[in-house]
Parts: sequence; structure tokens; C-alpha cells
Amino acid sequence: MSELARTALYDAHVALKARLVPFAGFEMPIQYDGIVAEHTRVREAVGLFDVSHMGEVRLRGKDALAAANRFATNDLNRIANGRAQYTAMCAPDGTIVDDMIVYRLADDDVLICVNASNRHTDVAHMREHLRGDVELTDESDSWSQIAVQGPHATELLDRVIGKTSKLRPFRIRERTFAGTSVLFATTGYTGERGGEIYAPNSVAMALWDALMTQGADLGVGPVGLGARDTLRLEMAYALYGNDIDRTTTPLEAGLEWVVRLDDGDFVGRDALVAQAAKGVSRKLVGLELTERGIPRPGYPIAHAGAVVGSVTSGTKSPTTGRAIALGYVPVALSDTGTELTIDCRGRTKSARVVKLPFLSRD
Amino acid sequence: MAEVKNDLSYTADHEWAQTGDDGVVTVGITDFAQAQLGDVVMVELPEVGDTVDKGDAFGTVESPKSVSDLYAPFSGEIVAINERLEDEPELVNASPYGDGWIVKLKVTGDAEGLLDADAYRAHLEAEDH
Repeated sequence: MSELARTALYDAHVALKARLVPFAGFEMPIQYDGIVAEHTRVREAVGLFDVSHMGEVRLRGKDALAAANRFATNDLNRIANGRAQYTAMCAPDGTIVDDMIVYRLADDDVLICVNASNRHTDVAHMREHLRGDVELTDESDSWSQIAVQGPHATELLDRVIGKTSKLRPFRIRERTFAGTSVLFATTGYTGERGGEIYAPNSVAMALWDALMTQGADLGVGPVGLGARDTLRLEMAYALYGNDIDRTTTPLEAGLEWVVRLDDGDFVGRDALVAQAAKGVSRKLVGLELTERGIPRPGYPIAHAGAVVGSVTSGTKSPTTGRAIALGYVPVALSDTGTELTIDCRGRTKSARVVKLPFLSRD
Repeated sequence: MAEVKNDLSYTADHEWAQTGDDGVVTVGITDFAQAQLGDVVMVELPEVGDTVDKGDAFGTVESPKSVSDLYAPFSGEIVAINERLEDEPELVNASPYGDGWIVKLKVTGDAEGLLDADAYRAHLEAEDH
């Protein structure tokens, strides 16, 4: 087994008695105080996540935007500088190589945040399809990333990195912390207010400590990957490797809103145009058990006794207590209210298709 | 350190068993097991009257991220289930050897073969290294 990498915040996790697990080549905190407590912290106060394992890819040059648009299904021309955009990146066959947040820093400067486990695949794919006057750099090892999420997040961020409360979602700005330039983005993976700070490794620990100290009266605390997963699932945000992968397309995954078939060519467009014309055969839907049980990835979904799909993500929602899942089902069975069953380790449980997200936020 | 009670018997799968005067065995999961699982958010229980063979999966203990089978330490009949766990699964975390007990089993076969407290402590140390 190869050596696991550690983030710049590793010592903080150890001091907080985190349970550390191997994740995408890193030794990452899965939980500190318990998934439910950490989940609740983010829904009711403010939580800090070390997401330094995420990959950061930089595109610089005159053709940076055009280059990004060539591999992104979304269209960076639709947003202004200083804004963020969620997108899928597809293979020529229309299946998903990764999903990512693209930050348009300037006309000639694009920062892309990709999934840690896909970093090397993504960089190779991007390089393969890179055209024009643009330089691609994998900056993943240089950046630490701390997500600050929750109803009290903006107040905490105001204290630590200056005015952020006026900033609307999906914006990115430069801020200064301890005399060092950091990037602050109003993005996240929880459905709560707040954002993500991209900081050089050299100031990451000081930034974490400042957020912990100055947020004490706001109920701040650390949040591990376990609660990150339950938080994102309540919002029905797709998780690469679970809900989307190289066997699924954005049109099947409910990501048609980030696919701009009319805004120029991109890798995978032809396949997606063809699929759109023909219509998808299956869709990712939200499911809720109507009896006791917890659906898990891989559990078969059935209709009238016949298996029609499988669960891709599932848990007991810490916020609502309901048993929730995402899974692919045939389009004919994808309407809200459709009654299905989920085979939970040999026990057949009633379920029904529900609207997404599972948790409605204002 | 995980608590190991001297007066209980243990399985290598981190369950405990306590034989009462009436020959009925109370079964739960150990302090080590509940700590490893993290927050218990659901316990799937068998029904009273179910019969189980030694080693059978008779239920599950689930955290937000994982599901673990419960294995019958002996063959027997389920004579009681801890119904409080339906609404308060967190009792397994708070009191694994007390209010968080899981089932009571009337043993029909051989009631041997479990670890005593010292053997279970040694088992935990071995797993830790």
C-alpha cells in the first residue's frame, strides 16, 4: 500500500481526536464527535470541514475560458468574472468523468475544484482536450481548503476574513488572512450558508485555529467526511462514485441543468444530443422508505417484484429521521409518488419516489 | 479504552452475552463495538418467537454510514427484544451493557464457546495491533 498523504491540518485532527480513515490517498477525518452531532452542528450553528484533499486545477492564458468550456458541459460564458459554476465533465460517450465547481477568476484565469479521487484522471482528461493559448497546472498540493458551513457561518467568516455576509451564493473573492492572500467562495456541499476558503498550506493551520477560536460563541466545531455525506445527501447533491460515474450521463443523473447543448461544442456533446433526442431510459430519483429500515448503496430497487434499479446513496436523514436514498429507476417509474420497494438485506421495504431535495432550505 | 465487564461472556464479533438464572441469555454489543460504529441510528430486531442458529445474522445495528450484522452467539429462540431501541437506538451508544441490550435468547443448544472477559480483552488488543 502506498503512503497516505496528510493535509496541512492533520495535527488539528489528531488533537481533536478525530477518527482518521484512508480516503482518496489521504488520511482524512471521518468523524470527531459523532456524525449526528456534527451534522446538527452544520444545520443549526456552524461547522468546519478540512477539504484540503480536493483537487485544484488552474487554467491560465488567453484561451482559458474556451478551454474550460471544451470539457465542461456547462458554459462559463454565462457567468461573469468572480463567479462560480457547477458543471459535469464528460467522456466522448457522454458518461461523467467528474463533477466540479469552476471559478471564473478572470477572462484568462480559471480555477477548478475537482473530486480528490478523480484528480489524476481529470487532469489527464483535461490535458487531452486542452486547446489554444492556455496553461494547465495541477495546484492541488499547494492549496488547503476549509469549508465553513451553517447558519452562523457568515458571521464567523466576517470576523476572520472580513466582510462576506453581503456576498451571494456562487461568488468568489480574494481576501486577506494573516497577511496572506486567500480565495473565498460562497460555495459548499451542505445546503447551508457560508463558503469555502482556498488558502496556501502555510496559513491553513492558523486559519483553522482562528475559525475555531473566534467561532466558539457561535457553536463552531469540526465536521468529518461522515457528516459531509449525510449533509449532501439531504440536499440530493450527487456524489461521484456513488450517484454518478463513467456509467451514467448528466441527463440521467438529473444534471440536465448544467448541460448546455446549444452553447457550443464540448466533449461528450454529440452523445448527449443523441441521448436527449432519444430520451433517457432511466433517471436518478429520490426515494423514501415508508417503513422502518435504512437503504444503502447497492440495495436493489424493485417494482411489482421485479428488480428495476439500485440504490446509489442512502442513509437515515439526521435532520428529519426519514430513511432517504438516491437511485436509478426506469423513467416510467420515476414520477413523484410512485410506489417501489427496496430490498434491504433480504427484507423488502416499501418506498416511494419523492421530490428532491429531501430537505427544503429557504 | 473500551469497557469490558468481568461478569459477561463475549464473542469475537464484539457481542456480549449474560446468562440469567432462568437459562435465558441477554445479548448486546460491546462498548468497543458501539464506539467503532459511531452513532447508532437504527437497530433492526428479530421478532419474539423467531428461532436462530448459532452464527445466524438475526438483526442489524446501523450508523449513518454503516450497517453491521448481529450474530446469534448460541442457537435458540428469541424470547424478548428491547423494544425501546425502536425509538431510542442511541441507547446502544449510551449504555451498551445496560439499557442498550438487544435481545434475550432461550438457548436450545450448546451454550459454550464464548470468550471470558480476559480473553476478550486480549482479542481487542490483538485487533488493535
